Amino acid sequence: MSIEIVSVNKQFGSFTALNDVNLTVPSGELTALLGPSGSGKTTLLRIIAGLETPDAGSIRFDGEETTDRHVRERQVGFVFQHYALFRHMTVEENVAFGLTVKPRKERPSKKEVRERVHELLRLVQLEGLADRFPSQLSGGQRQRVALARALAVEPKVLLLDEPFGALDAKVRVELRRWLRRLHDEIHVTSVFVTHDQEEALEVADRIVVMNKGRIEQVGTPAEVYDQPANPFVFDFLGSVNLFHCRSEQGQARAAAPELSMGYVRSHDIEVERRQSDGAVEAEVRHIQAVGPAVRVELLVRGTGKTVEAELSRDGAERLALGLGETVYARPRKMQTFVADYQI
Amino acid sequence: MATKPITRNTVIPGFGPTLGYTVFYLSLIVLLPLSALVVKTASLTWPEFIATVAAPRVVASYKVTFGAALAAAGVNALFGLLVAWVLVRYSLPGKRLIDALVDLPFALPTAVAGITLSSVYAANGWLGSILEPRGIKVAFTPLGIFVAMTFIGLPFVVRTVQPVLEELEEEIEEAAACLGANRWQTFRRVLLPELLPALLTGFALAFARGVGEYGSIIFIAGNMPMVSEITPLLIITKLEQYDYAGATAIATVMLLFSFLMLLTVNLLQKWSRRHAAR
Repeated sequence: MSIEIVSVNKQFGSFTALNDVNLTVPSGELTALLGPSGSGKTTLLRIIAGLETPDAGSIRFDGEETTDRHVRERQVGFVFQHYALFRHMTVEENVAFGLTVKPRKERPSKKEVRERVHELLRLVQLEGLADRFPSQLSGGQRQRVALARALAVEPKVLLLDEPFGALDAKVRVELRRWLRRLHDEIHVTSVFVTHDQEEALEVADRIVVMNKGRIEQVGTPAEVYDQPANPFVFDFLGSVNLFHCRSEQGQARAAAPELSMGYVRSHDIEVERRQSDGAVEAEVRHIQAVGPAVRVELLVRGTGKTVEAELSRDGAERLALGLGETVYARPRKMQTFVADYQI
Repeated sequence: MATKPITRNTVIPGFGPTLGYTVFYLSLIVLLPLSALVVKTASLTWPEFIATVAAPRVVASYKVTFGAALAAAGVNALFGLLVAWVLVRYSLPGKRLIDALVDLPFALPTAVAGITLSSVYAANGWLGSILEPRGIKVAFTPLGIFVAMTFIGLPFVVRTVQPVLEELEEEIEEAAACLGANRWQTFRRVLLPELLPALLTGFALAFARGVGEYGSIIFIAGNMPMVSEITPLLIITKLEQYDYAGATAIATVMLLFSFLMLLTVNLLQKWSRRHAAR
């Protein structure tokens, strides 16, 4: 089911959480709402769910006006950051909850409920744990129970509010890949909120980048990463180095005059021993190996600015850099924006 | 197999002194008087004991006392939950005042409470003058005992439920609503089970207080033998007649009853909390 969000506004006191937001979430896609805290992404998600009402604007599910419909009747599955499982119920009872609160006429029989629950537990790979209580599960398991519980009522839309936010790094990565595979299996229209750009880039079909209650850009992960619409998106999706530059038909040259600002990712900076066209002279200030990469901090001669370059281990070994040495940094790829944005 | 010593290496100091003090204190304050009670009772022969504690007038007083205390604790559980709910969930003007008001029955001397209640509910009192013409006699009947016990028991329920209610995440209610539960289903199946252990504690405390209450009840009860006489009053009566053994015998039975009731509540509580400990 597609979701349309039309000129939605939301104000909390004097704080504008959402400022004229328009967005269409296509049916069957996994969309990420990405932004820093306070950007309004969770508020937008809660408005879609019906847990919050917009001050103005409307929400449509498949073209049907849904704004005033109660959360109970929206048929959305909602997964909370802190799971919000019912502590006094077993895993099985938790997952069955949505089925057992249905009006008597629509309620499936006990046997059907059991079958459905076990089918879902198989789907989230928690089959053996049906009789456990939430307190006996790990964080990742709890979140999968929450997901199974949300899916039990066959929601038209699945909404996830920072679903992996409370998990440790390794579990987080595992679970988000698993979510991606799960989505490929069940194809329910899903929206998830995250502040982690890596998570959004890895999992989502489409990314909606939000900032200060507005949408900055909507696009596929490749689009928002490779062609950011503005400096904010560029900055939010990865590391940034700023060069003052003169832009000549896509031929970016790092130079002093301030016509526009060049944005370069750390891994797009080539570090060389020899001077070449477009390179700036710099001094090696700091070298730090971070997992598979080596991060090198360079001080650009004459400007006092630092640039961070990310090299591969191999590349770093070949260069055999030493602190205080002089090298040449050349941006391989640069995006220019008019200099109105400060990082 | 070597047994593990109780005191392992721990960063929390003072295991010896604190445990020692706890045992000493409990023995001095609780165990010693209670055993004196039993010892004194033991001076009666078995037939004498039965004759004392099973006398019709005494049995009637058990019924009145425990019946009224149970009913009062039940009513308090219901309305105390309601008060706690309002205090936690809504922001209203004067909320802090209401919050303070809840504790008044704790602080008021019981005799003052008793005299006030009986004057309000007496035939010429504020409430009594409205109720009695309609055939509802409160003062000087078992109903009056129930009213007094309700009055003094309320804070127990409110104060035990309130913190638990405060800690409940709103998210679990939102989760229930997303899954299609209506307000009643959310309350019945999600909130109540979470609150039940605290509610039972409040109920048990209110009940225990009601059973042991004396001061606020004797003024409003009317103290008619077989009808509105509470067991603590009978004990006082026996004491005034220098029948110490008789008084302690009745007290022992009361103690036993109360202990059984509290044990039952505790078991219920343990059952309702079975999810938390494991």
